[in-house]
Amino acid sequence: MTLTEKPNIQKDLIPVLKTVSDPEIPVLSVLALGVIREAIEANGIVKIKLTPTYSGCPAMDVISDDLKKAFSEIGKKVEVELVLSPAWSTDWISEEGLQKMEEYGIARPLSESHDKDVLLGEKKLVKCPQCGSTNTHLVSQFGSTACKALFKCDDCHEPFDYFKCLK
Amino acid sequence: MPNPLIQMKNQNLYNYILTIADNSLILAQRLGELCGHGPSLETDIALTNISLDLLGQTRSYYQYAAKISEENKSEDDIALLRIEREYRNCLLVEQPNTHFGYVIGRQFLFDFYHFMLMEKLQNSPDEILSAIAKKGIKEVSYHKRFSSDWVKRLGDGTEESNKKMQEAINDLWRFTDELFYMTDAEKEMSKEGIGIEVSSFKEKYYKEVSEVLKESALTVPENKYFTKGGKEGVHSEHMGYILAELQYMQRTYPNMEW
Repeated sequence: MTLTEKPNIQKDLIPVLKTVSDPEIPVLSVLALGVIREAIEANGIVKIKLTPTYSGCPAMDVISDDLKKAFSEIGKKVEVELVLSPAWSTDWISEEGLQKMEEYGIARPLSESHDKDVLLGEKKLVKCPQCGSTNTHLVSQFGSTACKALFKCDDCHEPFDYFKCLK
Repeated sequence: MPNPLIQMKNQNLYNYILTIADNSLILAQRLGELCGHGPSLETDIALTNISLDLLGQTRSYYQYAAKISEENKSEDDIALLRIEREYRNCLLVEQPNTHFGYVIGRQFLFDFYHFMLMEKLQNSPDEILSAIAKKGIKEVSYHKRFSSDWVKRLGDGTEESNKKMQEAINDLWRFTDELFYMTDAEKEMSKEGIGIEVSSFKEKYYKEVSEVLKESALTVPENKYFTKGGKEGVHSEHMGYILAELQYMQRTYPNMEW
């Protein structure tokens, strides 16, 4: 079975899915993050297809448990299946999710070519989520989690996370 | 009655998956040893991030291997309950974290190989291997960038850093040829069109690796002595210590779960 890029999510399941968030970025729901690829209720069981952001993402187990808990509160059983293909992309984070992420203090992913430029330290394009300046520099390509890089703002001097572009 | 031909094919696929997966497991374990011991906070975090990526890929491979295993094995059984001779990883990944130059050198020599393998494996007609590779290659490209940046920084750095980086490359070079050695499972799976003929990108590997070394003011070793064995289960003296640590919890408290 192949999954298309657009997730197949049953409408009446959305309110519950919205209550489950990424444990590393609590302001971001799993829906906004784009990791739910399918959610369908059949024969009283909610079947969810979940895709990891990175292969080793430890949040997947937690998300899976949280989904089960959220649905059990309304008396529904959940089966979670982990799918790898198609591979998750930062393009799947919703615009609302990106805004929430910025408000939370994580700079949003740039386009693929711009991402490469900033990670190679060739251009200054990442906007500091604290003061909005793009006078920022890369501290480390690997940040507090696999999906983020560590940056520092040269104007307000605050360090911050940048969500790496993944395509 | 089970068809012996299908059984044989499954056994080859099973061994083939382990040949790829064990490299990631053992390297992840080596990098994990550095958690809290990296030379700086940033490199510590980067190396453990890489370890986590590799472990994640390993889990995907082992889950697949467990699914097709005939003895009803679990992912954890495969990772933690084999004896040394049953691990198929190459000798390179089990080499110790002697100093930062070795950590970077080992990573650099492995990443270029790993990237080229993933590049090919993502086109495998085996849907699961292809999916793991498509996901993995995005991560491996980061690893490759990180390790080659450090090779350049150390090679083209101070006299001391150049000396240490060169020492590591000289020492680890003898393990590179094994990356392109093909086990029976690899030969069979490549004949089936599912596996990758690793020897096909050997020349490209040495060319690209040598280019980075030259750019880093380092000398490409001319050593023609190479050693192998890991892929056939004959490991270096370091492997037993790695497994002692890796398997400790499962051996001490059998069947324990998190």
